[in-house]
Amino acid sequence: MTGSEPARYTPDVDAGLDEQIGMWRSFMAARPAIAPADLDELESHLRDQVDALAASGLAPDEAFLVAVRRLGKIDDLSREFAREHSDRLWKQLVMGEESTPRRESRGLVTALGLAIAAALGLKLPALFGASLVDDPDFYLRNIMVLVLPFLAAFFLIRRRARIATVAVVATAFVAASVVLNAYPFAATGTTEALAVVHAGVALWIVSGLAYVNGDWRSGQARMDFIRFTGEWVVYYVLIALGGAVLAGLTLGVFGAIGMDASTFVSDWMLPCGATGAVVIAAWLVEAKQSVIENIAPVLTRLFTPLFTLMLLALIASAVVQHDFVDSQRDLLIIFDLVLIVALGLLLYSMSARSPERPAGWFDTLQLVMVVAALIVDLFVVVAMLGRIDAYGASANKLASLGLNLILLVNLAGAAWLQLRFLRGVTHYPALERWQTSYVPIYLAWAAVVVVVLPPVFAFA
Amino acid sequence: MRIGKDLVAAAATPLVLGILAEGESYGYAILQRVSELSGGELQWSDGMLYPLLHRLERLGHVESTWGESPTGRRRRHYRLSASGAAAFAEQRKQWAVVSEALQRVWPDGRGTSLALGGAW
Repeated sequence: MTGSEPARYTPDVDAGLDEQIGMWRSFMAARPAIAPADLDELESHLRDQVDALAASGLAPDEAFLVAVRRLGKIDDLSREFAREHSDRLWKQLVMGEESTPRRESRGLVTALGLAIAAALGLKLPALFGASLVDDPDFYLRNIMVLVLPFLAAFFLIRRRARIATVAVVATAFVAASVVLNAYPFAATGTTEALAVVHAGVALWIVSGLAYVNGDWRSGQARMDFIRFTGEWVVYYVLIALGGAVLAGLTLGVFGAIGMDASTFVSDWMLPCGATGAVVIAAWLVEAKQSVIENIAPVLTRLFTPLFTLMLLALIASAVVQHDFVDSQRDLLIIFDLVLIVALGLLLYSMSARSPERPAGWFDTLQLVMVVAALIVDLFVVVAMLGRIDAYGASANKLASLGLNLILLVNLAGAAWLQLRFLRGVTHYPALERWQTSYVPIYLAWAAVVVVVLPPVFAFA
Repeated sequence: MRIGKDLVAAAATPLVLGILAEGESYGYAILQRVSELSGGELQWSDGMLYPLLHRLERLGHVESTWGESPTGRRRRHYRLSASGAAAFAEQRKQWAVVSEALQRVWPDGRGTSLALGGAW
């Protein structure tokens, strides 16, 4: 035994070739990067090679050993497959080597430490008199810069990021907190809420920079982050549901023994839990990859048809009523949400899709959804322009209009590429590239809304 | 002579594209052809070919179909797509430049440059 990989397959000389190949297959199948179809292909190769070697005079078991050896070391092979099929195993890929239980437990320690730090960090300003109850405005303004740094730190630590990456991410967070706190926002204005929400988007993408370990040029890395975002949302919602049950039970059970736990629940349990869950959900996405892999495609397939129906119904009723210009502002904002969810569904199913699969009915359905979303978006843009024309521009309307235009271009491009893909003119990665190269635009627009819009509208 | 890892890695893509430009083929046969073309000098672990083929497929340069060998074994066949042919032509141009430059800098113009320019 030399300890090299192929030696592990040293077979019982009496075992038949099929049995040996079966053993080899089950050994290879333990590698998540190598899919069953790849194994079929490799097995076909192996058998060809064994036949050729046997024809030149080797005994079958010798031929098998030589053929396995020529295939290459299993670790190298698995790594090459992982590099190409990062969608199967992006967890291990982004973390470097094959993950081992020890790494996982270290990841858990990091995640727990950062989650607790984030929860305590949230309560820290209370020591200086800015508690959640006394100064809700402070929290509203700073919620993103209080919570998201811990998420970014989690990635930076796990990826052992380079100093340059750490510096860029840290600078972005510092800049965001300076802008949010130095701007003299009017107490009743909308620019503050807009800035906070958009700072959240911008800082989320900045955290993505930490997630991809500074490799922001890579389309695949961006797609991994998009996939991460979708799965993070699913995990966060699951944790939130569990948390709500826990909070309700805590209130009830302490109420039953005559104690009022409401202050504890509202001041500690909910805010700290919601904050810590941001990091814990991120850890879960990475650690429990295979669980969610089964859920993600199911969720998108379940909701894409339903959502498409909803969009079509929306278009129909809009056509019947045709009074978009006079629509309430709230109504237009809910349209923005609808469009964001439509894009989210598209991205989520895209990130869960294997690029090699040929076009199918689901891709057609997605085209219908994208076109429907595009029509809704057009309605909203027209209505928005009408409102700006009638009532003058406001920060709210401009932010909304900008978002709609960005989504309009995105959806138009997505629809066009989807159509070309369905007709077999283009291949799937072109669709992915369109979406991944769009990410910086979201970042840029969010930064504009945070930094430029408030002074333009006098912080109103 | 052992050809360095980086050079093998760089040559693999144009070589595979070139072999597929000769006609549809499958993994084992492609490797046979590589070995034949390079006189056995250009080698890499057999298994590494497959991630490379999958990458070319993802990029749209090749298309694959499952078929059967004459003996009834399942086999994945690859053929060059239109964009693959274009990529091959582009690679070919680039390698011609590299090869020519190397030929010029080595006055005798023999031997080592073979693996770069002449093999395909």
